[in-house]
Amino acid sequence: MKIRYSYGGDEHIFVECDEEMSLDAFFKSLSITTAVKKAKIKGVTEICPANASFQIKFNPDVIKPSDLMKELKAIEKSAGKSKSKLKTRIIEIPVLYNDPWTNETLTKFRDRHQDPTSTDVEYTARINNLDGLDGFIKAHSGAPWFVSMVGFVAGLPFLYQMVERQRQIQSPKYLRPRTDTPKLTVGHGGCFGCIYSVRGAGGYQMFGITPMPIYDPNQKIKYLKDFMCLFRPGDIVKWKPIDRVEYDATVIAVEKGKFSPRMKDVTFSLEDFKKDMDGYNAKLMGALNGR
Amino acid sequence: MAVKVLKPGLSTTVQDLGRPGYYHIGIPISGAMDRFALRCANMLVGNKEGLAVLEAVFMGPELKFSDDATVAVTGGELPPKVNGEFRATWTSFKVKKGDVLSFDFLKKGARAYIAISGGIDVPVVLGSRSTYTLGALGGHEGRKLAEGDTLKFGKGRGAKEGRTIPEKLRRGPGSPAELRMLPGLYWHRITADAGKHFLEDTWKVAPEADRIGYRFKGGRKIEFVDRVPPFGAGSDPSNIVDACYPYGSIQIPSGTEPIVLHRDAVSGGGYFMVGAVISADMDLIGQLQPHTPTRFMAVTMAQALKARRDRAKIIEKIRNII
Repeated sequence: MKIRYSYGGDEHIFVECDEEMSLDAFFKSLSITTAVKKAKIKGVTEICPANASFQIKFNPDVIKPSDLMKELKAIEKSAGKSKSKLKTRIIEIPVLYNDPWTNETLTKFRDRHQDPTSTDVEYTARINNLDGLDGFIKAHSGAPWFVSMVGFVAGLPFLYQMVERQRQIQSPKYLRPRTDTPKLTVGHGGCFGCIYSVRGAGGYQMFGITPMPIYDPNQKIKYLKDFMCLFRPGDIVKWKPIDRVEYDATVIAVEKGKFSPRMKDVTFSLEDFKKDMDGYNAKLMGALNGR
Repeated sequence: MAVKVLKPGLSTTVQDLGRPGYYHIGIPISGAMDRFALRCANMLVGNKEGLAVLEAVFMGPELKFSDDATVAVTGGELPPKVNGEFRATWTSFKVKKGDVLSFDFLKKGARAYIAISGGIDVPVVLGSRSTYTLGALGGHEGRKLAEGDTLKFGKGRGAKEGRTIPEKLRRGPGSPAELRMLPGLYWHRITADAGKHFLEDTWKVAPEADRIGYRFKGGRKIEFVDRVPPFGAGSDPSNIVDACYPYGSIQIPSGTEPIVLHRDAVSGGGYFMVGAVISADMDLIGQLQPHTPTRFMAVTMAQALKARRDRAKIIEKIRNII
């Protein structure tokens, strides 16, 4: 893992923890940005952790770019020694796979897809050697995912599945981006999953849809009253496959203010996780079920 | 203290100096694309520099005033009219109760800033009144203005009529427009020749140019240095593991059309960037019309900071005049 620093114009410092994605690179980004936050450096206005990198925005009238660069490198040295432990939450997200809305949308953009004759799920299952829709759902929802970045648009989580690299689902982005994606589509591009927080353009494969809003600028939805975005980097997501009946019921429950996502506070240790990924994941999912 | 929107214009939004602090969850800073013009408009009507104004793109709105106010229009050359009579741009003028403010065709630039004494009074969301339309956040109901909307404005004493900013202190892009940029980020991904071409070629602003970003066309295709794609990046040579995008950063998807991200930037994604436009030149981008020829000029950090100080000095000069 080789860390690389660069200026992004005169107001940003961009730091690539590693060229490739890994949980180690993600934890490095998270631990350094957490330390930068604690350091309360004058002139720093935004601290943005990403999958395997991070970005600091600053006011160069307050702090010289070269001084901030020095400070960040010093923080990297000390933060690098800290244990990769994280106090976070595990959140269950219901998902209706192979739903009618994303299926209707993907039909409209078949000419922009690698395989115009299959749906996105069928295509992704095939190139990942999974046994059709059922095999795909099992792999996708069988192990939890890390929120390794929040962004692109408001509140959109990038998700990285907590399994060995060879078990990770990979699929290319559309050949040309779509001009439309239904709100709350569960998508996938490269090795990253996502939930589209708002309707709009997008290039990720579309696998399903969740009935549970994750962004509410009006803050009317019960569980988004404190803050309009649900996700924070470091959250853990567990997909729960649901059927159409449960989907419809959940939509109504959200509207009536009767739905709360299932979530539990957990502590995550990267070292312990690496020793036994499946066992550790089972424990995390057990915490969600109150075990 | 209100105005009624008789005609909304093409895309008119409420903007101030923006909403810093939420980029890490994908909510961009927003605010006026041309912040210099916003500050000037506010100063002319006697407002604090950062109050909310209207940003009108290519075409002005038509507004009916329910109360007296002082108004100023800056930025792109969009001549204002009160009850059909022309008023000067970059100069304060009075509007009386019942008057209609409308606009002639755009003569220069792309965005005009309409300040009203007291400032546009929409709710403050996450510390700002700016509109972020993609997230349906802030401004007037999170969207561009529509016919029939009513906008309140604050109580301000309002400056006297005829307060003006000398022509030599107003700033717009030349032709070709020159955007200074600091090479960096993933500049190493492209070949030395491609780097030369990028800076030598004259690009043209594409029709896809908005508050999220400006796209440019017409330069030579960018060639990449060979590599084995890093895990998670994607197979295209322009792909990276999805990362943060700085404001002003210049991405070139598939090496064809550069996109400069602006105030409503998507906060991250999977395309490499060759560097970023310097802060002193961000305002200029907001005044580029489609098809404007544009050159990118590489500068050093020292030059970028000097340009930034020079911009600050001009604003200080205007403060002293006013």
